[in-house]
Amino acid sequence: MKQNMKSLAELKAIKERMQNGVTMRGDHEGSTRVAVGMATCGIAAGARPVLNAFTEEVAKRNLGSSVMVTQTGCIGICQYEPVVEVFVPGQEKVTYVKMTAEKVARVVNDHIVNGNVVTEYTIGANAK
Amino acid sequence: MMTELSLNVLDVAQNSVKAGASLIQLGAVREGKWLTLTVEDNGCGMTEEQVAHVTDPFFTTRTTRKVGLGVPFFKMAAEMTGGDFSIASQVGVGTKTTAKFDTAHIDCIPLGDMCSTVVSLIQCNPDRDFVYRYEIDGRGFVLDTREMREELGDVPLDTPEVVEFIREFITEHTNGVDGQAE
Repeated sequence: MKQNMKSLAELKAIKERMQNGVTMRGDHEGSTRVAVGMATCGIAAGARPVLNAFTEEVAKRNLGSSVMVTQTGCIGICQYEPVVEVFVPGQEKVTYVKMTAEKVARVVNDHIVNGNVVTEYTIGANAK
Repeated sequence: MMTELSLNVLDVAQNSVKAGASLIQLGAVREGKWLTLTVEDNGCGMTEEQVAHVTDPFFTTRTTRKVGLGVPFFKMAAEMTGGDFSIASQVGVGTKTTAKFDTAHIDCIPLGDMCSTVVSLIQCNPDRDFVYRYEIDGRGFVLDTREMREELGDVPLDTPEVVEFIREFITEHTNGVDGQAE
């Protein structure tokens, strides 16, 4: 094995950085919540890369303290999976359907950061 | 059907989450051509009758909504390769699902991205503990979130920096094990 493999000791440094002023995420009140459908239907349709793309995009833009990426179960519209629900405090829930990792950057940029819903990805624009 | 076995693991592990498990242990252990995938939890467990039914995709009472096509998919993926599948469960103790695959069989679905499966599970369930063991012919590594918490103190496991650390940790150690196995 390589000698300089990652070890758990590195977590100490993360802990120290968090304690030195960087906002800790105590409670999630007031933060935007992104819920990716991760039941069998969602997973089979490609939810995992979508979830990972949201996580990466949020980390890249340093939105960790104001955006929470999480999972939800099957909400009954399996034919539209991967489904992503975005909850911005004080606004109506927006449901995005047939999501892909490629579409994620635009949802984060346009909707979560700039407040403009990406209408063409929503269920309203895709329902037949 | 799933395109990667790691997606089956992600799906079946969701049952453990729904069963209220505080500790979920995932294993991907290879010995020769045989790959054994396990999902073990300390959740609410199932009765004998429920266990008998969970592998039947057409059985649904909707009182056991925590099971659907996930387990039948996993079972089918193993049996397609001539492998085995079993569930052991006890009410109040937990459930262990084991699937064994012949990786040399033409119908064996690739293991795929286990790292993303483990990362997704930890990130979405930062209040649970996960143990992930990856092993090839006796050499491997273990990631245990209980050990991580000792280093992290109050810092939650779903903190972006921590999630990134987990991804890098698993990727590096997996490559180390795979490299030695070649």
